[in-house]
Amino acid sequence: MMKTNDIKTLQQISCEVRKDVLNMTTKAQSGHPGGSLSATDIIVCLYCSVMEHDPAKMMDPDRDRFVLSKGHAAPVLYSILSRAGYFPKTELNNLRQVGGMLQGHPDMNKTPGVDMSTGSLGQGLSAANGMALAGKMDKKDYTVYCLIGDGESQEGQIWEAAMTAAHYKLDNVIAFVDNNNLQIDGSVSDVMGIEPVVDKWKAFGWHTFEVDAHNHSEILSTITQAKAIKGKPKMIIARSTKGKGVSFMENVCGFHGKTLDDAQLRDAVSELETNNSLGAEINAEEVSQ
Amino acid sequence: MTELVPTRKAYGEALARLGKENQNVVALDADLACSTKSIQFGKEFPERFINIGISEQDMMGTAAGLATCGKIPFASTFAVFSTARALDQVRNSICYPKLNVRIVGSHAGLLTGEDGASHQAIEDMAIMRALPNMSVFVPADSVETNSIMDFLVREFKGPAYLRLSRKGTPVLYDSNYRYKYGKGTILKEGTDLTLVACGSMVHIALQAAETLQKENISARVVNISTLKPLDTDLLVRCANETKGIVTVEDHNIIGGLAGAVAESLSELRPTKIKRVGVMDTYGESGKPNELYQKYGLTAEKIISKAKELL
Repeated sequence: MMKTNDIKTLQQISCEVRKDVLNMTTKAQSGHPGGSLSATDIIVCLYCSVMEHDPAKMMDPDRDRFVLSKGHAAPVLYSILSRAGYFPKTELNNLRQVGGMLQGHPDMNKTPGVDMSTGSLGQGLSAANGMALAGKMDKKDYTVYCLIGDGESQEGQIWEAAMTAAHYKLDNVIAFVDNNNLQIDGSVSDVMGIEPVVDKWKAFGWHTFEVDAHNHSEILSTITQAKAIKGKPKMIIARSTKGKGVSFMENVCGFHGKTLDDAQLRDAVSELETNNSLGAEINAEEVSQ
Repeated sequence: MTELVPTRKAYGEALARLGKENQNVVALDADLACSTKSIQFGKEFPERFINIGISEQDMMGTAAGLATCGKIPFASTFAVFSTARALDQVRNSICYPKLNVRIVGSHAGLLTGEDGASHQAIEDMAIMRALPNMSVFVPADSVETNSIMDFLVREFKGPAYLRLSRKGTPVLYDSNYRYKYGKGTILKEGTDLTLVACGSMVHIALQAAETLQKENISARVVNISTLKPLDTDLLVRCANETKGIVTVEDHNIIGGLAGAVAESLSELRPTKIKRVGVMDTYGESGKPNELYQKYGLTAEKIISKAKELL
């Protein structure tokens, strides 16, 4: 997969990744489609535009790292890693199957390209800090990216890690909150509110940004700004929509851990394709004007 | 008088020594560096020392991240915190991905003394032993601690738990001793029964064996310094060659050394086993030797259990 900054291309990839997510979770009849769709555009921007990584040099010590702390969004990561060439795309058909390389939650020893095993919520940011500390010790200039969930932010360890990153001035950490405001038992604000989330991260010593989690150009420009800021870790609060891209899934809590049936899958894929081609036309018009 | 050295002191010295030898050695502590003795490394190599503050869970996750980048992190704090408090992080961020983290639990067992039950880990070996991919090391003295540290930096790959004590215990091995992974050592030959001990109880088992000798009971003393993987060959040999086994540990009698020995021998070579250890109860505040008396971690208790086997 060639790196690109072309927004139209990134949107196209996001559409394909969303289709992968729905196909693979429907086939498995298991997995977490809702939170995968909310995280898709951020992860697509990271792997297709931002991060220095190369499947031919998988263990390159200088590579950028990504820790999917909300490990249940694994299907997005698997889709993008297979498209980047870390493993054959046919593996996506074996999600969550016995003997398969694609576990329910990311496993760095089973899946090529996964930088850290995650799944038990709250743990990824600490691991990202460890990678960042190693980078500082070794005077390497890689960046460690980490994606946490908004419900996941209820875990105490997230805030322990928040203090560590700020204390050790880990400006090589850029993290995202996938802020879709839904968790398994309901809306985040009802179950255990995390607002004011931007103020919290600021108060913990992080430089904060807010972005539309589904606007590729905004995501890319924010990451560029974040990389330029030195002396503190950076948190991008990404306002997202759970189930993004499929109207009957959007903002529906039930699609956190529930998969589609075959008819729903057909409808969802058709909607994603229609909207993507409409989007492509709009983009084309914008370019021609 | 025999020299008394705490294993945590030997740990601190070995860590600093090995830090010089290997640039990838990194130490983390959770505000107990002066107690665990990792502070010595911190003073010599401040750029490779991370005091994470009082946040053990974050410490384990951070150590995991460091290990993914080729570092050899030693994450130390009191054994209650490094095992029970941060268990899910040890399980999911370190053990499951088989990362090269050395989890160090100082202040293990009732030997911790005055701080009381909240700070006396009596279930840490049971917890760590139950984790797939984990190896569990319990040195019997400072010399063995030093040798195990060499092994952990120079040879071993994978997650490790190292159990240490606060209070000084006698030096049992001479300085030529070299630790061998997964191998127990016979410290005293004997033909009637076998005392299988670990950690701070090994020297007490030796005392018990000497007293038994005076009564013409020949007790073999085995030091199990690797609780996992367990030296089952040696245990089977002891079961074959003597009439029974007394396990001796400063740990709950459930799940630790007694559990490991009973599990393996009941399958491989059933024999009579008696357990000396903390009798499934929490400790309390007090001087270590007073606690050992009160909770039956004594030569007298070992002797009476031994006689039950004959």
